[in-house]
Amino acid sequence: MERIIQQIPRFFAPGHVSLLLDAASTTLALTIIGCVSGFLLAFLIVLLRQTPGLWALPLRLLGIAYVEIFRRIPFLVVTYLVLFFIQAFASNASLFTIAVVAICIYATAYTAEIIRGGFESVARQQVEAATVMNFSRWHTLTSIIIPQSWPVILPPAVAFAVGFIKDTALVSQVGVFELTFRGKELNNEGFSGILVFGTIALIYFAISYPLSRLGAWLEIRLASSRSQKPRERLRAA
Amino acid sequence: MHHLEVRNLASAYGPLKVLEDVSLTLAKGEVMALIGPSGSGKSTVLRVLMGLTRPVSGTVLIDGEAIDYGKPASIRAARDRMAIVFQQYNLFQNMDVMRNVTIAPVKIKGRVRAEVEKEAARLLEKVGLADKHRAYPEQLSGGQQQRVAIARALALKPEILLLDEVTSALDPELVNEVLDTVRALAAEGMTMLIVSHEMAFVREVASKVVMMDKGQVIEEGPPKQIFDAPRTERAREFVSKILRH
Repeated sequence: MERIIQQIPRFFAPGHVSLLLDAASTTLALTIIGCVSGFLLAFLIVLLRQTPGLWALPLRLLGIAYVEIFRRIPFLVVTYLVLFFIQAFASNASLFTIAVVAICIYATAYTAEIIRGGFESVARQQVEAATVMNFSRWHTLTSIIIPQSWPVILPPAVAFAVGFIKDTALVSQVGVFELTFRGKELNNEGFSGILVFGTIALIYFAISYPLSRLGAWLEIRLASSRSQKPRERLRAA
Repeated sequence: MHHLEVRNLASAYGPLKVLEDVSLTLAKGEVMALIGPSGSGKSTVLRVLMGLTRPVSGTVLIDGEAIDYGKPASIRAARDRMAIVFQQYNLFQNMDVMRNVTIAPVKIKGRVRAEVEKEAARLLEKVGLADKHRAYPEQLSGGQQQRVAIARALALKPEILLLDEVTSALDPELVNEVLDTVRALAAEGMTMLIVSHEMAFVREVASKVVMMDKGQVIEEGPPKQIFDAPRTERAREFVSKILRH
């Protein structure tokens, strides 16, 4: 305990603080870039899976295989796979890029299921009404399915991304300078593990908590948007 | 030549036959009613016509031209000439009334928005909803939603209007406002194929009644014949059941 107290002034020196803040922003950047690009790719995967016709069977199988496989591999293993694959083909790729790709691959598989569930929550009759009016698949998707399902999709997608902030710690294993990696470094420099990882834990919490509150707020707002927003709009009109 | 002709139509869900050898003819301006117990296949006839359920065999012709339900282009052409109103209205929940009525003519048919909106306003006035342009479906009663659905179908300028039990999901006090709308369309000479359980209404507006049971047509003729002097045993049975209450 005494050792910890002794170390505090040296540990919170400006150099270390900015190092940790940098690392925290790396963690946040990894999560945001990885999850947002994963979310967009997940849309493509879902569209592949829902393409009708015999000719599209390989596409559908590809979509299903992707989701089923990557949801069943530990994230750490995905990260190593990406590391070795990318290094085999582009040896000068940055570790940050490798981490983003790994996160993106993983987030794609998970959010694809969220998006598919959202699309399937749209009543079949809504789609039939569009079909008999000769809506194309694209028009049905953009005018009816997406507007009706995003209140169902967004909250769990945000919750996934927020939850993923802490899982990004695993990319420290391949040497990305994110929070956990810096923690290990400082710990190796002789700072108390309790002090270092206690601080790191607080930083993870400080990033995640507001974002998860944002997610919860979003959920409440979106859940009511279909019943209340039109009324507000009506009142305004 | 018949405006709409259905020849020996058959349809099935897997091994379950839902339509067997159904034939109908409809002249321009005629109102035909399909009646019969639930599960008799009436709604399936409309679904097949609109390309929502694939027929197993049989032919559908509009003005003598056959629709090929295996070809998307042919189905699209058929949907350009026919429109359907569903039992559950199926208005787009994420759009207000005006957008529900105008989206297909504007987005799908590529017509000028201002012109379509003017027509839509006229149609909404006709169905008694001139003050509801900006309302969302969930803010409307079932009867109002169904009238919007009729206006939405009419905005497509169909030659033939299909009505699939349009009052079955409504509270009793809301049935008449919808029937009045349909009555007005019949009076204007709209060609309609109506699936309905409202026998008094069918008797009043239909020029021809087709009674179905177990996927087959069991009798057809003018309402007088069907309701007052049915010729077949099964038709008599059904009529006596529905007229008892």
